Amino acid sequence: MECQECKQNPATVHFAQVINGEKTEIHVCQQCAKEKGYVSQEEDAYSLHHLLSGLFNPKPNAINHQSHKTAGKELQCDKCGMTYQQFARIGKFGCASCYHTFSEHLNPLFRKVHSGNTAHEGKVPKRVGSDIYQRKKLRDLKVKLQQAIAEEAFEEAAKIRDEIRSLEKNLNHHEERDDS
Amino acid sequence: MSLEQFINEAISPWLKEDGPDSDIVMSSRVRLARNFEQSPFPLIADEKHMENILYFMEKEFNHRSYLQYKDLEFVKMAELKQVEKQVLVEKHLISPHLADKSKHGAALISKNEQVSIMVNEEDHIRAQLYFPGFQLEKALEQAFQLDDWLEEKIDYAFDENRGYLTSCPTNVGTGLRASVMMHLPALAITRKINRMIPAINQLGLVVRGIYGEGSEALGNIFQISNQVTLGRSEEDIIEDLKGVVDKLIEHERHARKLLMEQSELELEDRVFRSYGILQHSRIIESKETAKCLSDVRLGIDLGFIHHISKSILNELVVLTQPAFLQQYAKKMLTPNERDVFRASLIRERFTLEQKEEY
Repeated sequence: MECQECKQNPATVHFAQVINGEKTEIHVCQQCAKEKGYVSQEEDAYSLHHLLSGLFNPKPNAINHQSHKTAGKELQCDKCGMTYQQFARIGKFGCASCYHTFSEHLNPLFRKVHSGNTAHEGKVPKRVGSDIYQRKKLRDLKVKLQQAIAEEAFEEAAKIRDEIRSLEKNLNHHEERDDS
Repeated sequence: MSLEQFINEAISPWLKEDGPDSDIVMSSRVRLARNFEQSPFPLIADEKHMENILYFMEKEFNHRSYLQYKDLEFVKMAELKQVEKQVLVEKHLISPHLADKSKHGAALISKNEQVSIMVNEEDHIRAQLYFPGFQLEKALEQAFQLDDWLEEKIDYAFDENRGYLTSCPTNVGTGLRASVMMHLPALAITRKINRMIPAINQLGLVVRGIYGEGSEALGNIFQISNQVTLGRSEEDIIEDLKGVVDKLIEHERHARKLLMEQSELELEDRVFRSYGILQHSRIIESKETAKCLSDVRLGIDLGFIHHISKSILNELVVLTQPAFLQQYAKKMLTPNERDVFRASLIRERFTLEQKEEY
């Protein structure tokens, strides 16, 4: 049966409309159904996520065998209560802690979704991640220092070295405070 | 009041300016997904958590200004009518998800509509920034500043190894989705685009229609965006996307040149037929409208049509969508009534333009 609107595509949406007691049958294709407002515009907005859930380990039991920690008991986030099975079904995390709880199962998934990558490169929050930010800055500065030395730009190198020292001092100070 | 402007003006103030390469790239967008560290993600959060976040965002950011983004207005989804929410979706100020699925959703929208920060969408925060034309780097730079400004008040969920933590694994890491909206009529007419899409996909980029996932490319408008968010820096992600968009611009310009050389008359005919339909039709569906608007836009770019401005076309693209039409008509319209109303609105808009001309 062809779509009664565009008369081109096959009709895939079928339903009956009753207006003032008069019943009309409607047979249209998905596109025309959307166009005419018969179905919600964002019906297939989650297609990506449906596809995605296929990437999870389909047999959560197999995971239990692999992991001694979780043997006999299902992996569950103690902060939001989401189980690994739920996570695999809906394809979404429940809270930030889920990332730690399911941590050992995430690398294969991330590799598939993000072209083989599993670790973050890029922006770090200034305040929440101030130590992380400073550690990253420290790594960058050390690379810069090596470059400056290689280029025999010693004045520049001395400046970078001082910056590194003060950063390291800062970081040590933070860690001591955290320990106490 | 801004909410009235958001809902009644078809075209966002920022879209009235011309950007670089605006004959092909209509707009550039950068979106950052962020979450509060201490609260469950909106998908499973209970009412109390969601209300707390709404309250916090309203208290900290309502009517605040940042850079040129003046007077962020806090708009709660629960206080809008269905058609009003749909209008905001049609203007790309909020997502369909926020409009339909989020009971405790809100958006902070700047007066020039360039910034929209969605609250309690799939993630607690989805900050997006638009620029006219092809300006991805500028958009990223300002999105970073906006992000830092938000972070002064919000404890973000962040992990040294995984980056910014998001509800969906497809956003983790940078939380960055960068996209450009491109008008590619010559590549579509010559069907070259069909061969290019798979190649673009292989580079980790996604090509979609104008309304995102699952939508077809109405009016030859394509959205190109990054898929990978983890393991690459924001700058690298933007750089990759920019490289592909540069190539697409080059191919589109070349295809236009070839079309002009090989079939100028056919092209001119196509442009003026579409122009004729827009000026004279009495019933017109949105799909045909999009096609005709695309042809007329191409006609302006190629110099066939001189006396109408492209901003009218941008305006009509938004104005002729279902929710906008109903907002404009000030009543609910059946699909058939919409097609009639759409046709008369387009005719009026063109007549108005011609009057302004003389």
